[in-house]
Amino acid sequence: MTTEDNQTIVLVPIGAMGLGIDEGDVERGIAAGAHVIACDAGSTDSGPAYLSNSMSKYSRAAIKHDLRILMAARHKSGIPLLIGSCGTCGADKALDWTRDIVLEIARELGQRPRIAMLYSEQEPEAIARLAAEGRIQPLAPFEGADPETFRQCNRIVALLGPEPYIAAIKAGADIVLGGRTTDPAVLAAVPLMRGAGAGPAWHASKIGECGALCAIRPRDGGVLLRIGKDSFEVEPLRPGNQCTPHTVSAHMLYENSNPFVLHEPGGMVDATNAHYEAIDDRSVRVTGSKFVVQPYTMKLEGTARCGFQTVMLVGIQDRAVLKELDAFLARMHEVLVARVRSSMGDGAGDFHISLRPYGWNAVSGLPVDDGSPPPREIGLMFIATADSQALATQIAKTCNPWFFHLPLVEAQELPSYGFPFSPAELERGQVYEFRLNHIVSVSDPFELVRTQFIEVQEEVANA
Amino acid sequence: MITVDMFFHDQESFDRYVNSKVLQPAGIAPMFGVRPDQVGFYPVRNLHVLKISYPRKDPQGGMIERDLHGGQQFARIVDLELL
Repeated sequence: MTTEDNQTIVLVPIGAMGLGIDEGDVERGIAAGAHVIACDAGSTDSGPAYLSNSMSKYSRAAIKHDLRILMAARHKSGIPLLIGSCGTCGADKALDWTRDIVLEIARELGQRPRIAMLYSEQEPEAIARLAAEGRIQPLAPFEGADPETFRQCNRIVALLGPEPYIAAIKAGADIVLGGRTTDPAVLAAVPLMRGAGAGPAWHASKIGECGALCAIRPRDGGVLLRIGKDSFEVEPLRPGNQCTPHTVSAHMLYENSNPFVLHEPGGMVDATNAHYEAIDDRSVRVTGSKFVVQPYTMKLEGTARCGFQTVMLVGIQDRAVLKELDAFLARMHEVLVARVRSSMGDGAGDFHISLRPYGWNAVSGLPVDDGSPPPREIGLMFIATADSQALATQIAKTCNPWFFHLPLVEAQELPSYGFPFSPAELERGQVYEFRLNHIVSVSDPFELVRTQFIEVQEEVANA
Repeated sequence: MITVDMFFHDQESFDRYVNSKVLQPAGIAPMFGVRPDQVGFYPVRNLHVLKISYPRKDPQGGMIERDLHGGQQFARIVDLELL
């Protein structure tokens, strides 16, 4: 076991800020000699809306609960607190939203921490210029870096590496709130600063950034990482939970399109020859992790605003219809589109109608196998997409009579399918899309970053 | 990217089935509407795991979304016959 001088202990309280940090986990980590509390607050898992709207996925109360515990621990122990990808998306407004919660807690607890903010949102026009200069490369499935692609985005963030966090701590920050950051970078910052091996630091951070997901009970809390020059160790913070060589090595599979190689700003983590060994029944030591230095690039995430959607839902139990579902739905789609065209003409604009038969093939979108028995009932969802919310709703209203009453066969008595609501149409709001999967070459890790320091005394005086 | 991890029961079943035609990029690609050269194929022998990865056809959460987190994509693979 390496001595304290040769290793850095990282306290990872949970896999995602807002999921409910356990005070006991944090106390145990501090008692074990942690040098830093590091937590990832971000994700793109839940789609583009959060980035597009600069908003957090989790509630303010959930975030405040977790931050409060961490700020209390930071204050008591004196070690720094790093939060990456604040407000889920790491956009500027989401970072400011997090800062305001931190300031609120600081006031309530009578703390005056020095706070560093690392902004990583980018102006679409500025990124378009970088694309025109040839500094941006596409990742699959994109094949080009047309400046227009970036201009069309309403929000772009660049994913921070560890360097801005390190610089902020060296400049005296007690709490660092980061904009969008690569998940492992928040955890790797302090180990790298203290001279840990790059391979172990990055690999450990990838393993640890989801908290106990690398342990036998994945929903139970966080982990402690001990990172040295040539190896790292990982153990869960919750008593009774266990990390095993299997759970730790399998974690490289999680969220990774390649189980051995992970691209990060400034290089590549290579776990191909990593060796996992049990120290005891709950801790694992990993050796053989490599970091291959490469030219520094930052990943870009970007969203664009698209059309608006209005939704209707009916339930269908009619056995005759359910026996001929594919043919029925094809005919209904034709009838609805024709009705919108004849009723609204060009006034409908560029519109789209989608029918989703839940209980049949709404989720797969693929033809159902021949000979499959009919469902007992389906929930048929109608989605109209149009240039404005009002138009999408007019289209839904136009379709309503036939969505509601279309018989299986023409010139049959009209059925009535089962709406659950009045009014039938539900305004779903704007559609957003991720438009980017690109990397930008930068001259240094700070080129696209804005760092700001906040002194809480001033904030308290101005409150 | 969507990534699917297939955990085989043991080394023997992994070794026996990992080279099944239906699991190779050419077999997987048409199921998800992508090209074989876009499918990543990663056998992890010491974990008895086969990982396959492929890009989404449409952007996540856009106009046409059926499975936001991609958590139901595995269902198409479950019924494949491995020969």
